[in-house]
Amino acid sequence: MIDAAAIRKDFPILEREVNGKPLVYLDSAATTQKPSQVIDAISEYYRTINANVHRGAYSLADEATTAYESSRAKVARFINAATPSEVVFTRGTTAALNLAAYGWGLDRLGTGSRILLTKMEHHSNVVPWQLVAKRTGAELVYLDINAEFGVDLGTLDELVDDRLAIVAVSGMSNVTGTIGPVRELVDAAHSVGAIAVVDGAQAVPHLPTDVQAMDADFVAFSSHKMLGPTGIGVLWGKRERLEEMEPLEGGGEMITDVRLYESEWAPIPHKFEAGTPPIAQAVGFGAAIDYLAALGMEEVRRHEVEITGYALERLADVPDLEIFGPTDVAQRGGAVSFQLADIHAHDIATILDEEQGVAVRAGHHCAKPLMRHFEVPATARASFYVYNVPSDVDALVAGLFQAREVFGLS
Amino acid sequence: MSIQELYREVILDHYRNPRRQGTLAGDHIHAEGNNPSCGDEFSLDLEVTDGHITDAAIQGQGCSISQASGSMMAEAIVGKSIEEVAELTHQFKLMMSIEEGESPVDPSRPGSVLGDLEALQGVRKFPVRIKCADLPWTTLEDALAQRNAS
Repeated sequence: MIDAAAIRKDFPILEREVNGKPLVYLDSAATTQKPSQVIDAISEYYRTINANVHRGAYSLADEATTAYESSRAKVARFINAATPSEVVFTRGTTAALNLAAYGWGLDRLGTGSRILLTKMEHHSNVVPWQLVAKRTGAELVYLDINAEFGVDLGTLDELVDDRLAIVAVSGMSNVTGTIGPVRELVDAAHSVGAIAVVDGAQAVPHLPTDVQAMDADFVAFSSHKMLGPTGIGVLWGKRERLEEMEPLEGGGEMITDVRLYESEWAPIPHKFEAGTPPIAQAVGFGAAIDYLAALGMEEVRRHEVEITGYALERLADVPDLEIFGPTDVAQRGGAVSFQLADIHAHDIATILDEEQGVAVRAGHHCAKPLMRHFEVPATARASFYVYNVPSDVDALVAGLFQAREVFGLS
Repeated sequence: MSIQELYREVILDHYRNPRRQGTLAGDHIHAEGNNPSCGDEFSLDLEVTDGHITDAAIQGQGCSISQASGSMMAEAIVGKSIEEVAELTHQFKLMMSIEEGESPVDPSRPGSVLGDLEALQGVRKFPVRIKCADLPWTTLEDALAQRNAS
């Protein structure tokens, strides 16, 4: 059982005030706050270990390399990868999805091949595929969203045939919180020899993840959405997928030999990590994974179900509030998007911030196709993580009543 | 600064009942603007005759600040010469602290310089919302720049 009240002591930023009120941080789907353990690990790395990795015969360089590689091993254990070499460090989820799209797609897609997406995808799991489709002549096809805010699998059979090359799906929507139909889509992809790519930006921080059981070909996620620093993320790929891919970026650290006209690539994962990697960030990411592993991801999920359930219950008391997402907490994560009467999401966010110190996201959440599907220009979104407590929800609800008042609705 | 000073009644009125809504049929200049980070949209049709704005129509969607700013702007510019509109734009941007200089708003004579638009003065205390109030004005500048170009 997670004691969120106790956990809060690990997060220095939660002690600060905004607009004279204690900060109520409800934007963890955008980025999470960082515990002292992560902040200290980064600081400690720079104070005591800093050197470049995979080069230099001196002790410090060896220690830095060990620190960097031990974070990779932690990530591998955290997602149950078969081997740490299947974990490629990238700048984040966006870079990871672009690496999968360009690295795997560019050489294998062509006119007549299809990429299957869902209408709930984040722009970072749409635009890379559009770019690669444009370069290769491949075609994008989409699964619709149903009335319960889930992915409509009704048209799946007609879209799955030998033209299908790639299926890319979010493990959890950053807008509706919907848990994506990963199992069904991975199986559908594999049934016709296509590969499956999972955008795990929201799912990996919030749900226990076992990439071997999931059986997708690639899974992308970011450190900063799971208590770690910005600037680092992961493309996990099955060994054979990564081995058959050409590197996207050339440079130092990704080769075993360079001659004037050709070179030999380093083995995976290093052939995808050209240049000096984000070493301190990897160390911080490792500390974040230690923190989450100590809590236990089953417990993280249990806490999320509880706090989200409480939020849905309290929000039901606010008149004229419409939630865009599943009402059953078993089907969803902790991102709760909503509209309140005719008050625009930006106005809601300003009033919550000013009156209650509540930080929520307002806008299209980098999911414009989904916003068009809902026929709304923007929603407000509250999202939760391990440090959120019921009183955070109470502040949100109080602020929403104040918003009604400011707009003359009470 | 209280939240009520930001969301004055006149702003909510323009948000809920925007003036000069629609499009123009005759000869006109058209410009569109949007804030990609938040999704606010604003479009503007202007009829310009003999160096004066003789008609204006707006359409848009977004927050109360951007839409009220557009509605008040449309009301304020019709009947003014291009030079007067340029001066109004300058005064508005001074009030919003978008352009550097003293705010023209005179607390002892409210409404004396910018009329109803002075209701938006509270926005300057909310830096993240200034671009909302500015969107219609940037669109207006685009429209007038087109006129100069043609």
